[in-house]
Amino acid sequence: MVLASSFIGYLSSFASSLPSVVEQGFIWGIMAIGLYLSYKILDFADLTVDGSFALGGITLAVLMKAGVPVGVAMLVAFGAGLLAGLVTGLLHTFLGIPAILAGILTQIALWSVNLLVSKGLANVGIDIRNQFVLVRSLTDMQKLYSILFLIGFIAAIIGLLYWFFGTEMGSAIRATGSNETMARANGINTTWMKIIALSISNGLVALSGSLSAQFQGSGDINMGKGAIVIGLAAIVIGLAIFKKAKKNFALHLVACVVGATIYYFVYQLVLSLNISTNLFKLLSAAVVAVFLGVPYLRKKINFGKWGKKNA
Amino acid sequence: MLNIENVSITFKKGTLDEKKALQNVSLTLEDGDFVTVIGGNGAGKSTLLNIIAGTLKPDEGSVSIDGKDITNIPDYKRASLLGRVFQDPRQGTAADMQIDENLALAKRRGKMHGLAWGITKAERLKYSEMLKEFDLGLENRLTANVGTLSGGQRQAVTLLMATMNSPKVLLLDEHTAALDPKTASKVLSLTDKIVKEGNLTTLMITHNMNDAIRYGNRLIMMSDGKIIFDIKGDEKMKLTVGDLLKKFEESGAEATDKMILSD
Repeated sequence: MVLASSFIGYLSSFASSLPSVVEQGFIWGIMAIGLYLSYKILDFADLTVDGSFALGGITLAVLMKAGVPVGVAMLVAFGAGLLAGLVTGLLHTFLGIPAILAGILTQIALWSVNLLVSKGLANVGIDIRNQFVLVRSLTDMQKLYSILFLIGFIAAIIGLLYWFFGTEMGSAIRATGSNETMARANGINTTWMKIIALSISNGLVALSGSLSAQFQGSGDINMGKGAIVIGLAAIVIGLAIFKKAKKNFALHLVACVVGATIYYFVYQLVLSLNISTNLFKLLSAAVVAVFLGVPYLRKKINFGKWGKKNA
Repeated sequence: MLNIENVSITFKKGTLDEKKALQNVSLTLEDGDFVTVIGGNGAGKSTLLNIIAGTLKPDEGSVSIDGKDITNIPDYKRASLLGRVFQDPRQGTAADMQIDENLALAKRRGKMHGLAWGITKAERLKYSEMLKEFDLGLENRLTANVGTLSGGQRQAVTLLMATMNSPKVLLLDEHTAALDPKTASKVLSLTDKIVKEGNLTTLMITHNMNDAIRYGNRLIMMSDGKIIFDIKGDEKMKLTVGDLLKKFEESGAEATDKMILSD
């Protein structure tokens, strides 16, 4: 009897947290879309994102604290993210620094930049009770509005990206990521294509960070920690579910959002089971490792079975 | 007209592995020349092509096309003047993109990549007709990713991409070496047809002496970073594999089995 009632209590607490889970999932979905551009299209594992996510959140918080309206603050956050991506792109192309290292350098540098922006504060609060923000979760009504807003916002982002990657410039970026030799032989300035793609990618990540700051009511110096793993988890989970959408770019972006939502759903489940959240980063890393490792192992096993044909 | 003047390049200068890949090489191709290039491994054939393409910069000397010095122009900027097909079928196309998208990229070679559509409906129709002439069944698979094609099909697509804008110089770097004999001969006769129809100035590296003799109006042999033999016109027509082997021996270079066991 006691067990049953505690189970019902558990269920209802889990159910009531669902709207917030969806909000968080959608916000991180935008981050995953940004990461998809570098990781999948450019084939560039960009570790800048941990820094640019926090950059977006802190920039928005500082600006809003100074009375700047949310729309303008988000635009500036997006711009700041563009610049962060630009720096990684320049480090990689003009200085020839390997992709992973270029991302790490910018990420580390952004830690200081973020503290400069926040004037040394580790946490900058936003007065979300009195200031207008686009994403909140204090009441059920706010949650509903936030979710509706995010759906529209994400649809607009996906629409824009779908258009962009169908243009000459977008095609040139895709070619750069797919085969640099071919791209250059066809007159594509691969250096700038990489820089442009990394900028857009980090701009979106910062935008996601700025929404996350609104959601939690503050910008935090630590809010981007491990963002790359969350983003990768969202991408691999999403693409595993949308396996049939092999070539549809827009569906791949939707998959990123679905993946991020599932990620936060599982996160909430773990929370409500009273499992220590300290373990969650370990679990996330394991999930990503499994998803990235299984295709390789499968190939290896097939190789043993049928020889070269399936290698 | 392609003009290469006194080009030299040395790899790993000042080390034990120092290699003079090209030594004072000069070569002029008249418009419409179809030159086959033979030579052993390390003779400098690919290096010469890469210097023309701009992926390598010579230590000395100059490269010019139609009188315009392009020695210091980066590879992607001179791409509009050139068409390239590589030995590895995977190199010439973007595997993750559709056939028509690859062709559309080639069509825009040398133009700014702006925010206009990457491919238009009218183009798709045209590409479909172009591929129909190739007779590889690709005209109905325009939206298939290139990565799903066979090596021969990919080389055919690359060949179309390289030649569709009538480049000033077409560079073929053993582009049939990775294909099975039947496909290789099909791609080669397709190459010959395209080059003749477009009267394209062409440089084709091959390991196959018979092919080197059969195709083109001129043949050059390279050894040790130099051009050691240059023959054209009627004289070239009379050439036999035996003649070429003799030339090889004279030069002190060794002909590989691959070059002799052709066809």
